[in-house]
Amino acid sequence: MTYIQEKVTSIGGLTSHLVQTDKFKTNTLLLQFRAPLEEATVTKRALLSYVLKSATAKSPTSQELQSRLDYLYGATLSSSLSKKGEQHIISFVMTIANERFLSNEQELLKQALSLLGELVFDPLVDEHAFDSKTVGKEKRALKARIQSIYDDKMRYASQRLIDEMCENEPFHLHTYGYENDLDSLTPVDLFEYYIKMINEDAVDLFMIGQIDEEKIIPELERIFPFTKRVEKLEGIQNQETTFPNQERVIKESQPIEQGKLNLGFRTNVRLGDPLYYASQVFNGLFGAFPHSKLFMNVREKNSLAYYCSSSYESFKGFIIVMSGIEFSNYEKARTIIIDQLSDIQNGAFSDHEMSLTKALLKNSILESLDNPFSIADILYQQVASGVKFTIEEFIDGIENVTTKEIVEVANQTKLDTTYFLQGAVKTN
Amino acid sequence: MKKQYFSQLDETIFFHTLDNGLKVYMLPKQSNKTFATFTTQYGSIDNTFKPLNQEQVVTVPDGIAHFLEHKMFEKPDGTDVFHDFGEQGASANAFTSFNRTAYLFSSTSNVDKNLNTLIDFVQTPAWTDESVEKEKGIIGQEIRMYDDNPDWRLFFGLIENMYHHHPIKIDIAGTVESISHITKDLLLDCYHTFYHPSNMILFVTGPIDPEHIIHLVEDNQGKKDYTNKKAIEHVFPDEPRRVAKSESILHMAVQTPKCLIGFKEPKPYRSGKELMKHEIAVNLLLELMFGRGTERYRTLIDDGLIDESFSFEYTEEYGFGFSAIGGNTEQPEQLKQKLREMVINFKNETIDTKSFDNARRKRMGSILRSLNSLDYIANQFTRYKFNQMDLFELIPELEKLTIEDLKQTLHEHFSEEGFTSCTVLKK
Repeated sequence: MTYIQEKVTSIGGLTSHLVQTDKFKTNTLLLQFRAPLEEATVTKRALLSYVLKSATAKSPTSQELQSRLDYLYGATLSSSLSKKGEQHIISFVMTIANERFLSNEQELLKQALSLLGELVFDPLVDEHAFDSKTVGKEKRALKARIQSIYDDKMRYASQRLIDEMCENEPFHLHTYGYENDLDSLTPVDLFEYYIKMINEDAVDLFMIGQIDEEKIIPELERIFPFTKRVEKLEGIQNQETTFPNQERVIKESQPIEQGKLNLGFRTNVRLGDPLYYASQVFNGLFGAFPHSKLFMNVREKNSLAYYCSSSYESFKGFIIVMSGIEFSNYEKARTIIIDQLSDIQNGAFSDHEMSLTKALLKNSILESLDNPFSIADILYQQVASGVKFTIEEFIDGIENVTTKEIVEVANQTKLDTTYFLQGAVKTN
Repeated sequence: MKKQYFSQLDETIFFHTLDNGLKVYMLPKQSNKTFATFTTQYGSIDNTFKPLNQEQVVTVPDGIAHFLEHKMFEKPDGTDVFHDFGEQGASANAFTSFNRTAYLFSSTSNVDKNLNTLIDFVQTPAWTDESVEKEKGIIGQEIRMYDDNPDWRLFFGLIENMYHHHPIKIDIAGTVESISHITKDLLLDCYHTFYHPSNMILFVTGPIDPEHIIHLVEDNQGKKDYTNKKAIEHVFPDEPRRVAKSESILHMAVQTPKCLIGFKEPKPYRSGKELMKHEIAVNLLLELMFGRGTERYRTLIDDGLIDESFSFEYTEEYGFGFSAIGGNTEQPEQLKQKLREMVINFKNETIDTKSFDNARRKRMGSILRSLNSLDYIANQFTRYKFNQMDLFELIPELEKLTIEDLKQTLHEHFSEEGFTSCTVLKK
């Protein structure tokens, strides 16, 4: 049994990925633009993702565009920004009802694809500039989005950890850009960059659902006339290995109720590396699940936290720990977290814990195939990394991890930065 | 076992009520995973009741339903059931809402074992005095986490403004102080009163064979000694139609202020089709007033009163109901006035057919989208059943709704006496 039925087609500068499945009641479309993550372009790209999804030449206001979406049985259209390692990704996402489930049949998918093409190839422009009113409005929207991070303390702490830990690597750059760079961006600047992006970005289209391949694929060339790319973006293979020189501790104060303690570790094991699967299992033992060492010790045994977990950033080779604790428990919690790593380094885990972890990793990748966005993410991760694997290979890879390999990963895992967001410092 | 086919959605539900009263619903799906929820009709609002086999009505500490959910995961040998699920390749979880507590797992293997584990752990209370004390530290941190979440505080601030007496105004997790009064025996009283199979629904969806599942559940329940049980005696206070407070302000560590306005539902005692129709109507009205395609939304954006965080929702369960509208704003006072004014003006306008049709289509698409998720289906199917409704009848009901239906709801729900607002400002 093949888990994902993917058909890849190259059409000029576009790579189309068609995943045929009848699991869903809607069809999902993702158009993704990928370029190096760079300080000079990060805010431009962020703003562009907002401007392009808010109007087109045919529908010059958000309201007109929204009415068209509503009429298409509440099709959704959104844009988002993310990073895969040191690549900056703009995604335009549409979901559209599968007409099979509606009394009133129409060719919804084709209309949705055309609309997606229209966003990118027929934007609202005035000579060689984007419409200035739209740009002004979307600047405000993006600014609000950037500022909102501060109000979500868990996300704020995560962002601050990466700011500090990766200050000398492009990875620290915020996918939504920077408020200070936003003001000076003009509609002309933005249009210039748009032309560059349309011609140079790596572009992938994912179509997931019940899709009439023979009808749809021939339409793509007309809807998405991307020219052939001259340069190909590199994957993640030739990244330097970096080790922290010395552990750093950053503390910050705000008038909050709970301390957010985040720790950043470097394993230097990335997707495609021989120890990749061992890193997944290591992270599972350490903190990804409710049976993991962090949950069992920080939460269950010592009642210090409600959440304490780790996640594996596989493009950079990081393990990131997040937790929420009483301010006064900082030392105690930090010590216990670090002790859990030492335990794994010393091989202090059972075969039982290891097999449990493997079973859950296997379960989580299989479950993710029941969600259209997770399917797209699994495939796109491979595109962005240049590392190919099937679901079967992933499962085998996890199965075959040995105790020795886990200990090896643990021993090359070094604490880099500790970030602690604490309560207001009292002054007399 | 009975079955019901919903032709438009191409879904078939199988169901059966066991001798002990447990209701089992099954939805076969061609997915990888199997998802099951085991839900009791018991949540944060059920705080005043007559415990099983006792004579006196008691009021239990705030947050106890949620505390009980945490303690359920403990096994008689002191380990927790996450381990068992993990061994069987399943991930497990639970949540407590105003009027439900749900336990769930999802797995792509060992479905039979996992299903038995799910039923067994929820039917085996095993906490001790010591473990109850220990949990207080963990839940204390969960409460602190929510204390720092401005959207949560805003939402609860709005509900607190609306209600004089109804326990909906109590935070689901309680407070650090209220949970300090929770004991092993109080938890057992709640457990025995509300966790009888006749008060619960088991829902299973995935690549399953309904005959086989029913067999398994009957076997499992047959080994346990559940006798018939009297109906639960609840006490809910009388709640006036008018809001308790017309506004409130909280101060937190935020950069951008937030504001929510809301309307308290004057007659929240519907069930079945009547409730479904009412919910659809309020949701459509909100869409017609403030949806992203409306002129009102454009005005709010252009005037810099809202940003993309702006949203609206309607909640109704037996005994309480309210709409909530708002989001981040640089000018909370102006936003509040403007939203209120817009609602009042909307009441005097006519609803045109085109907008109505668009709003309805949008809603249909959004229902279909949500039915992509097994988790959503399981949780919502149960919620609809507890209110004597069928999740899969949403689309046909939506198709039946008329502009006239909306008008009546508009004047009933969006009343002056039901209006309140809550604001979060920078500390």
